[in-house]
Amino acid sequence: MEIVKTDIAIIGGGGAGLRAAIAIAETDPKLEIALISKVVPMRSHTVAAEGGSAGVITDKDSLELHFKDTVSGGDWLCDQDVVDYFVEHCTEEMTQLEHWGCPWSRQDDGHTNVRNFGGMSTARTWFAADKTGFHMLHTLFQTSIKYPSLKRFDEYFALELVVEEGRCQGVVAIEMATGDFYFIQAKAVILATGGAGRVYMQNTNAGIVTGDGMGMAYRHGVPLQDMEFVQYHPTALPGSGILITEGCRGEGGYLVNKDGYRYLQDYNLGPVVTEPTPKTMELGPRDRLSQAFWHEEQKGRTVETPLGHAVHLQLMHLGEKKLMERLPFISELAKTFLGVDVVREPIPVRPAVHYTMGGIQCDGTTATPLAGLYACGECSSVGIHGANRLGSNSLAELTVFGKLAGEHAAAFSKSNHNSDAGLLEKQAKDAMDRATALLNRENGKERVAVVRDEMATTMEEGTGIYRTGDGMQATCDKLDELRERYSSVQLQDRSRAFNTEWLTTIELGYMIDVSQAMAHSAINRKESRGAHQRLDEFGERDDKNFLKHSRAHYNADGPPRIDYGDVTITKLPPAERVYGGAAKKTAA
Amino acid sequence: MRFSIYRYNSETDREPRMQDYVLEEIEPGMMLLNALIKLKAEDETLTFRRSCQEGICGSDGMNINGRNGLACITPLKDLDEPVTLRPLPGLPVIRDLVVDLSQFYRQYRAVKPWLTVHDPEPEVEFLQSPAQRDRLDGLYECILCACCSTSCPSFWWNPDKFLGPAALLQSYRFLADSRDQATDERLADLEGPYKLFRCHTIMNCVQVCPKGLNPTQAIGRIKKLMVKRSV
Ligand SMILES: Cc1cc2nc3c(=O)[nH]c(=O)nc-3n(C[C@H](O)[C@H](O)[C@H](O)COP(=O)(O)OP(=O)(O)OC[C@H]3O[C@@H](n4cnc5c(N)ncnc54)[C@H](O)[C@@H]3O)c2cc1C
Ligand code: SF4
Ligand code: SF4
Ligand code: FES
Repeated sequence: MEIVKTDIAIIGGGGAGLRAAIAIAETDPKLEIALISKVVPMRSHTVAAEGGSAGVITDKDSLELHFKDTVSGGDWLCDQDVVDYFVEHCTEEMTQLEHWGCPWSRQDDGHTNVRNFGGMSTARTWFAADKTGFHMLHTLFQTSIKYPSLKRFDEYFALELVVEEGRCQGVVAIEMATGDFYFIQAKAVILATGGAGRVYMQNTNAGIVTGDGMGMAYRHGVPLQDMEFVQYHPTALPGSGILITEGCRGEGGYLVNKDGYRYLQDYNLGPVVTEPTPKTMELGPRDRLSQAFWHEEQKGRTVETPLGHAVHLQLMHLGEKKLMERLPFISELAKTFLGVDVVREPIPVRPAVHYTMGGIQCDGTTATPLAGLYACGECSSVGIHGANRLGSNSLAELTVFGKLAGEHAAAFSKSNHNSDAGLLEKQAKDAMDRATALLNRENGKERVAVVRDEMATTMEEGTGIYRTGDGMQATCDKLDELRERYSSVQLQDRSRAFNTEWLTTIELGYMIDVSQAMAHSAINRKESRGAHQRLDEFGERDDKNFLKHSRAHYNADGPPRIDYGDVTITKLPPAERVYGGAAKKTAA
Repeated sequence: MRFSIYRYNSETDREPRMQDYVLEEIEPGMMLLNALIKLKAEDETLTFRRSCQEGICGSDGMNINGRNGLACITPLKDLDEPVTLRPLPGLPVIRDLVVDLSQFYRQYRAVKPWLTVHDPEPEVEFLQSPAQRDRLDGLYECILCACCSTSCPSFWWNPDKFLGPAALLQSYRFLADSRDQATDERLADLEGPYKLFRCHTIMNCVQVCPKGLNPTQAIGRIKKLMVKRSV
């Protein structure tokens, strides 16, 4: 086993991890940084984000409004002090990205442009055509290359955290090309490993989005917070799950059912408008739109396609020029994957799992309850998304909290020393032995692809857009069974060089843990809020009992233990969430 | 559908070999990457990279029936059988369809692909008109998949000296950016007979780019800037 000593280890080279790395390098160029990622940074999932990133910039807008949209969008399960910090810092981060070269789309006067997005009361979403994540990620990656204190470990797979004396002090990783083990000893560790959308069958996420960091922290006793809140994006391609950005609706796209009817007007999102209108019709929040689809499907009003039921997203009326300027990638995707010409035909779309609102519990400074361990980006639950994230808040989150994580981890690393090297290395060696034992296992009966598909199917069935007690119980039971079967997964591939079966199996272990946290948090939340909607007797929001963060605690011998923590409410007391015409009335 | 796939494990094999596979069920609209994922479920030793599955992350460049491309946006219905898959040419193979791209990334780094501004940073954004922004079109979409560079004969012959089409396209992406102030340094860095001038306009790069970009044109424009600079 190779040993590398560094000041701060960052696991994850997506938007959050890169932003953290740059923050450390800028805070103190003498601090050594190890950036570990299982893919070369620009292959991270941030690359796929299309629509844009929030930041208050126009005269019509205010921090107050962004705050309100975020808190009501999250169905009041947001920590308002943290949301305050967030909205205050988004715009400076967007400007910082511009200075680093991010090619934001422009207005005629040369200033950056913003577009409308679902659940936002005015245009505040910065965009770079419809490849915002791609451009943000490439800009951050390019900028990160400048700093000599940043050492990258590209295509290294992080396996386990090393914790000694109650502090996180490093990570064990596998160099994928060779299968060699590395112990990267650090004084502070930042997790920036992204979401866990792949635990569901139909999802918009890349194959690498498997909740590894959540699983790693969880196994060391760090709670996973608000895991029952899983966002379905209302518009993905049937079958592949490829995302069709909300930006399409921000630019004025319509959703119609099989009768050509703009069905959202039947779900308290009207009145029907022809121009994109904040918080109305197609610009309602994601949870409401996905739920409306579910009802349309029940009523038999969806369109049948070879790959399942769908509704139609119409963009034809926007005209070719605007489509090419604002939505070129969507036009390309529709053509490649469906043979659809968006200038002439609608795109069939349906909901698919998209985003994990919950994640590793951390405070407003990104510190987790485990000293020396920080979390930022989609893997974390810093408290801004509540029960439903608003589109374009998460790219902004990567930068605002990525930076903060970098600064806090840097400070921590300076005031702490590593424990006795022998103790740390002993732990690292144990982790190595466990992974080697998996590789060398004989006579296991299970196949990784089979267990993975059964997991993704049961998550879809029991913890989907609408949930029932019985359905969730069935999923919890199934997950118990799968966890058992996981321990006899047999690898076919025994070599060390780029052994993707081995790594996929390790990922699956994390995915099953994360699924359990989701399913058990869900069944214990006996109310309906945001993305967690129940069809049984708990169909209403219950602030008295459940205006609380759920926390799932790992249990090596069985299902997780669930308890609850307080939500910080500072200035906006819980109220009803209203959209469409009703929203205007309340605001007036 | 029949496949013939290059197999090599740097740990155990002395020689590569081609292995035949058959996939019975082909769904309508299926992409090559989906087929590989299905084949892998049967034979887990089959190794390739993948991430986004929608042509934006640049992970799964490979040589498909003799031509470089991305598996995730290559429809099966357009491919002749047996579908012959090899790793991107000219680079060391780690395993099966996975190549060592270190050289490619070094070249990318060599063109200093970041915005360089000498003026002090303003409080607000740098201004850039829509027309100036449009000059990045066809340059700033590069996903660094390496399909172009690994199809370029000049790159195969002088991998350590010629920067290759992808890196040069990046270089021009910054030269073309109205906000960048390092034009002179960038051009000076490309001087000499190899880094830029080894491009013989063979155009392989243009033919294979899965994003429809035109590195040859970008290279031509850099050459013009060089000429202007030298007079
Ligand atoms: C299709 C799509 C479109 C989206 N569009 C938008 C949008 O328009 N606006 C918006 O605000 N949000 C959007 N989102 C959400 C947003 O893109 C993500 O939440 C965000 O990019 C996550 O960034 P991240 O840095 O946290 O993680 P990621 O970008 O997912 O990066 C995770 C990193 O961790 C590494 N990693 C993970 N596990 C390991 C391990 N075991 N070992 C080593 N490394 C590991 C990976 O290699 C990767 O580098 C979109 C999401 C999707 C799926
Ligand atoms: S045009 Fe130049 S860069 Fe492109 S393939 Fe030919 S020699 Fe290579
Ligand atoms: S120019 Fe095209 S082929 Fe070359 S790396 Fe970029 S996207 Fe790939
Ligand atoms: S998997 Fe991302 S480009 Fe093909």
